[in-house]
Amino acid sequence: MLRFVVRRLLQVIPTLLLLSLLVFAWLRNLPGGPASAFLGDRATPERIAEYNRLIGLDQPIFVQYGKFLGRIATGDFGTSTKTSQPVLAEIGRAMPATIELSVAALAIAVLLGIPLGYLAAQQRGRPLDVATIIATLVGVAVPVFFLGYLLKAVFAVGLGWFPPSGRQAVGLDATNITGFAVLDGILTREWDASLDALSHLVLPAVALATIPLAVIVRITRASVLDVLGSDFVRTANSKGLTPGVIRRRHVLRNALLPVSTTIGLQVGLLLAGAVLTEKVFNWGGIGTLLADAITEKDYPRLQALLLLGALVYVLVNLLVDLSYAVIDPRVRLS
Amino acid sequence: MTTWAERRKGRIDDLAGGRSLTAEAFRRLRRDPIAITGAIIIGAFVVIALLSPVLAPHTATEPFPQLQEDLRPGYIPGPQDGFPLGSDQLGRDFFSRMILASQQTLLVGVFATLIGLAVGLVIGTLAGAFGGWVDTVLMRCTDALLAIPSLLLAISVAALAASASQTTVIIAVAVVSVPIFARLLRGSMLAQRNADHVVAVTALGVKRPAVVLRHILPNALGPVIVQATLTLATSILDAAALSFLGLGDADPGRAEWGLMLSQAQTYLDVRPALAFYPAGAIILVALGFTLLGESLREALDPKGRR
Repeated sequence: MLRFVVRRLLQVIPTLLLLSLLVFAWLRNLPGGPASAFLGDRATPERIAEYNRLIGLDQPIFVQYGKFLGRIATGDFGTSTKTSQPVLAEIGRAMPATIELSVAALAIAVLLGIPLGYLAAQQRGRPLDVATIIATLVGVAVPVFFLGYLLKAVFAVGLGWFPPSGRQAVGLDATNITGFAVLDGILTREWDASLDALSHLVLPAVALATIPLAVIVRITRASVLDVLGSDFVRTANSKGLTPGVIRRRHVLRNALLPVSTTIGLQVGLLLAGAVLTEKVFNWGGIGTLLADAITEKDYPRLQALLLLGALVYVLVNLLVDLSYAVIDPRVRLS
Repeated sequence: MTTWAERRKGRIDDLAGGRSLTAEAFRRLRRDPIAITGAIIIGAFVVIALLSPVLAPHTATEPFPQLQEDLRPGYIPGPQDGFPLGSDQLGRDFFSRMILASQQTLLVGVFATLIGLAVGLVIGTLAGAFGGWVDTVLMRCTDALLAIPSLLLAISVAALAASASQTTVIIAVAVVSVPIFARLLRGSMLAQRNADHVVAVTALGVKRPAVVLRHILPNALGPVIVQATLTLATSILDAAALSFLGLGDADPGRAEWGLMLSQAQTYLDVRPALAFYPAGAIILVALGFTLLGESLREALDPKGRR
C-alpha cells in the first residue's frame, strides 16, 4: 500500500512541473508582455525596460523559470496589480467561502445522486428511471449561470424564501473564527448566524450542484446496472442472502468504484462552476476573485488562481486514486 | 409486413456473418427514440441556422424607431404587429435576432469542435502511431492540460487575447477539448494496435503509415465521433459562460445566443423573455447534441450488440 501511495505521489510531480512551465510560458506570452500588463496605460518604452530588468526578464529564460519555480515553492505568487496585495493572502481569505459552497454543492450532489442513481437502476425502464434520465440530460444542458439567475428570481425575489445574494445578512453580529460562516455559528453557538449563513448557502449550492448531480446519477445508474447483471450478484441471490446484505456488500461496494472517480473529477467542474455561481450570487470567494481578475486583467492573480486550481484538482484526484486502492484491493497489485 | 425478398436478404446477411458494426449501429439508431429526438432537434437547428438570412424578417443590428419610442428604463416593448417577440434592449427586432443568432451559435460550436478535433487527432495519432518517447512527451502534455479544470483553461486562453472576439472564444473553447480528443484517440488506437486485422496487414507487408492511416485510425474513430457530438454541446455552453464572464465577443451588435443571454441578465426583471428565449434555445440545442451523442455511444458499444 505504501509503495502504491509513493508511486502515485511521484507521478504527480512531472504533471505539476509541466503545468508550471505552461503557466510560465502563458504569463510571458501576454499581449505586450507582463510589463504592459502590469503598467497598463503608464507603459512607456523606458518604463517597460526598467520593469523587465526589475523582474528579471533580461536574464536567460531557464534562469527565469528557475526563479519562478523558486518563488512558487516559497509561496510567493506575486502581488495583485489591482489591489497591490500579495495574491496568496487574497486567495487565503476567499478560500473558506468557496470551500463552503463547493462542499455544500458536492454534498447535495452525492447524497442525492447516489440513491437516485441506485433507484433508477433498480427500476430500469419504469417511469422513475425514464424521468431520472431525462432530468439528468436536461440538467447538463442548462447553463449554470442562467440556472442561478432563475433560482434567484423564483425563490429569492419571487417567493422570498431565501436571500438573493451574499453570504451573511448585512448587520448580523457574527463572530468570525474559521471563515466558514456556517461552522463559525456552530462553534460559537450563535445559532442564528449559522441558520442565516445556511439560508444564504442554499440557492448557490443548488445551482452549483446540478451538473455534478446529473453526472453522478448517470454514472451510479450505469454502474449499478453493470453490477446487478454480474454473476456474483446472481450467486448471492441464489445463496439466499437478504436484499440488504446484497445491496450493501455486493452491489454498492462494487458499483461505487467508478462513482468515486467521477466525484473526484467533479471537483474541477465545481471550481469552474463556482466562478459562474459566485458571480450570480455575489458570493465573494475564489470565483469572484477570478471573475474580477479577468475584467481587471490582473495577471498575477489569474496565474496564481490557475496554478492553485490545477493543484487542488490534481491532489483531489490523487486522493480519489488512493481511496480506490482502499476500496478495491486489486488496484494495489497492478 | 416484410416481403419475401427482404426476408431472404436478411437471411443472406445473417449467413454472411451479420452486419458491420457501423451498419448495426445505424440500424439501432433509427429505432432509438432518444437518437431520433436528438437528430430532429439538431436537424431543425441546422436548417434554421443555414436559412436564417432568409427566415429572419429584419437584420440583427437595425433599430426600429417605433420600438425605440416605447423604450425607457424599466420597460422594453413586448410582442406587437410585425415584431412577434417584441423588442430587445436597443429597439431591435428580437425575433430576427433569435433566428440569426442560431447561425453564429452553430458557427462557434462547430468551429470550436472542429479545431479541437483536428489538433487532438494529430496529437493522438502521433502518440498512438509512434509510441515510445513521442507518446510519453505528448501524453504528459495532455495530462498537464487535463489537470486544469476546463472552464479555467478556456478563461486563461481567452484572457491571453488583447481584445475579446469571436475568434478568441472559438480558440479558447477549442483548446479545452484538444487533450480530451488526443487521449481518447490514443487509447482507442492502442487497443487496435495488437488486433488481429492489424497484425495481419503488417504481416502482409503493408507499410507502417498505411497501416496506421488505413487500418488503425478508421477503426479507432468511434469513441472520437461520440465525443465530438458531446463536445458540440459543451462548446456552446462554454462559449456562453465565457460571454457571461465578459470574455465573449466584444461586438455588441452580433446576435449570438450565449452573448444575448449574458446581456439579458441586466434586464431580467424588466423583460425576462430576453433571457428565456436564448437560454431555451441553448438548452434545447445542447440537449439535442447530448441526446444524439449518448445514443451514438450506446449504438457503437459492441457490448450492446445482439
